[in-house]
Amino acid sequence: MKENIELTTEKPELLIKKTKWSNSRKEALVGWLFLLPELVGMLYLYVFPIVFSLIISFSEWNLVGGFSTIKFVGLENFQKMFQDEKVFMALKNNLFFTFLSVPTGMALALILAVIIHTKVYLKEYFKVAFFIPYISSIIAVGAVWSALYHPSSGPINMFLKSIGFEKTPLWLADPNYSLIAIIIISVWAIIGYNVIIYIAGLSNIPDELYEAASIDGASSIQKFFNITLPMLGPTNVFLFITLLIGSFKVFDLIAFLTDGGPNNTSTVIVFRIYEEGFRHFNMGYASAISWLLFIVVAVITLISWKIQKNKVHY
Amino acid sequence: MIQRKIDIQKVITTIILLAVSIFFLLPLFWMTSAAFKFEKDVMVFPIEWIPSSLNVIENFKAVWMAKIPFSLFYFNSLKLSIIMTLATVLFSSMAAFALTKLQFKGRNLMFGLLLSFMIIPEQATLVPRFLLLKWLGLYNTHEGLILMGMFSIYFTFLMRQFMLGVSNELIEAAKLDGAGYFTIFWKIVLPLCKPIIATVGIIKFIWTWNDYQNPLIFLIDKNLYPITLGMQLFKDDYADNYAILMMASLSAIIPLVIIFIILQKHVIKGISLGGVKG
Repeated sequence: MKENIELTTEKPELLIKKTKWSNSRKEALVGWLFLLPELVGMLYLYVFPIVFSLIISFSEWNLVGGFSTIKFVGLENFQKMFQDEKVFMALKNNLFFTFLSVPTGMALALILAVIIHTKVYLKEYFKVAFFIPYISSIIAVGAVWSALYHPSSGPINMFLKSIGFEKTPLWLADPNYSLIAIIIISVWAIIGYNVIIYIAGLSNIPDELYEAASIDGASSIQKFFNITLPMLGPTNVFLFITLLIGSFKVFDLIAFLTDGGPNNTSTVIVFRIYEEGFRHFNMGYASAISWLLFIVVAVITLISWKIQKNKVHY
Repeated sequence: MIQRKIDIQKVITTIILLAVSIFFLLPLFWMTSAAFKFEKDVMVFPIEWIPSSLNVIENFKAVWMAKIPFSLFYFNSLKLSIIMTLATVLFSSMAAFALTKLQFKGRNLMFGLLLSFMIIPEQATLVPRFLLLKWLGLYNTHEGLILMGMFSIYFTFLMRQFMLGVSNELIEAAKLDGAGYFTIFWKIVLPLCKPIIATVGIIKFIWTWNDYQNPLIFLIDKNLYPITLGMQLFKDDYADNYAILMMASLSAIIPLVIIFIILQKHVIKGISLGGVKG
C-alpha cells in the first residue's frame, strides 16, 4: 500500500486515473511473474530442444569426438534413416504393438468396466484391484514377468507343459515371441487405467436412458449396443488416441527386458533413438530418428484434437 | 421378490469377478510368495503359493544390505519424487493462477502456446536435453534430473480447469480489503485448490517414482540411482536368483501400493480427469 501513499501527493483528479492505470499495469506484471517459471521451463524443455535437434539432425556428430567434430551433412541422416533396416523393423514393431495391444486392452477393459459399474458389489475393491499393476513400477513388474516367462522352469511354461504343450516358446528370448511377451505385460499393466476411464465414461450416461429402455422391454445386450456403446463414443476416441500415442512411445519394458532383441525383433522407435544417441553417441542420426517420432506423434495428436472437437457436439 | 432375484445374480457375478481379479493379480502374488522363499523352491511346479520354508530374512538382507543398498535407491527415489512433485505443483498452480485470475495482454496467447507444446513427445527431445545438461555441468546429478522434471503442461492444464471454477468474488473481496496478489494466491486461491493439488501431487509422485527413462539417460553414477535403475542392477547381478530379485520388486512396489490404497479416491479421480500418461 506504499504506492497509494505516494500517489496521494498528486492532484485528486489525476489520482483516480493513475491508480487505475498502474493497477492494470501491476496486474500484468504480476501475471507475467507468475507465468515466468513455467515459460522458462518450456523454453529449455521444448523450444530449445526442438530447434536444436532439427539443427543437429542435419549434421554428423559423434559426441565422443567433441563439439568440434560436428559436420553439416544435409539430408544424409534422413536418407540413411529410410534405408535403415533397424528403423524399418522398429516402425513395424511399433505398429504390431499398436494393432495387438490397443484393441485387446480396450475390449477387455470395456467388459470389466461394464460389469464393475453395474453388475457387482464391492465396486471400490475391484477398481483398486485392477488398478494396482498400473501404479506399480513397470520395471519391478517387468522383473516379475521375466521370472514367470523363464523358458525352462518358469511357471508359465511349466503350466503349458502340464496341459500338454510340448514345444513352449522361449518368450523374451524367442525371436517370434519377444514382442508378444512384452505386449502381454503392457496390456496387463494398462488395463486398470482403461477400466477407470471407461467407468468415468459410463457414469456420465444418464440412468433415464436405461430406465426408458427397460420400460420398452430391451434386453441387457440390446441396451449395451444401443445405449452404452454409442454413448461411450467420446471415451472410446479419447482412450484409443491415448493408447495409440502411448504405443509409439513404448520403451521401458523393452530396454529393461529384451534390449530390443533377440536380433532386433523387439526394437521400437524410441529404443532406436536410445541406441543411436546414448550407446553409439551418434547425436545427428539419433536426432533425425527423434524427428520421425515427433512427426508421427504430432500428426496423430493434431488429428485427434480435430476429431475430439467435432465429437463434443455429436 | 424381483429385488431378491437380482441380488442373487449380483452376488454370483461378484464371486466370478473376484476369481477373475485374483487370477489377474497372480503375478503379484507369485512375486510376494517368491520373495519369502529359498531360491531352490521358487521355480518348483506345481507352484507352492504358501512357502513351505521361509528365507525371508536372508532375502531381505541381500536386497537391503547389498553392495549398493536398496535403502540408498529408496532415499534417492524419495528425494527426487518429493522435490519434483512440490516444484511441479507450485509452478503449475502459479501458471494456472496467472492464466485464470489475472488479466493481462498476451494471456490467451501464452495458454495456446503451452497447449501446442503438448504435441511434442518427451522422447523426441532426449538428445538435446542430454546435451544441455552436459553443457550446464548437470549431467549425472540429481539437480539435472530435477530440472528436467519440474514442469508439466498437463498438470498446468488440469489446475487451470479447476481454478476457472474458483469464484472471483472472494478474490475481489480480498482486493478491496487491500490484499496483494501474492496474498490472494497463497491465502485464498491455493487453499481452495486443495482437492486438485492433492490429485496432481499424488499422480506426479507416482510417475516420478516409477520413471525409468529419464534417470537411465541423465544419470550414470550408481550412488545416484533411483529404485527403477536399482532394479536394473539387481536384475544384472542376480540373474539367476529370483527370490532376491522378487524381494527387490516387492520392495519397489509396496510403498506405492500402500499410498494408492490410502489415497485411492484422489488417484482415481485424477486419472478420470482424462489423463495422458507420460
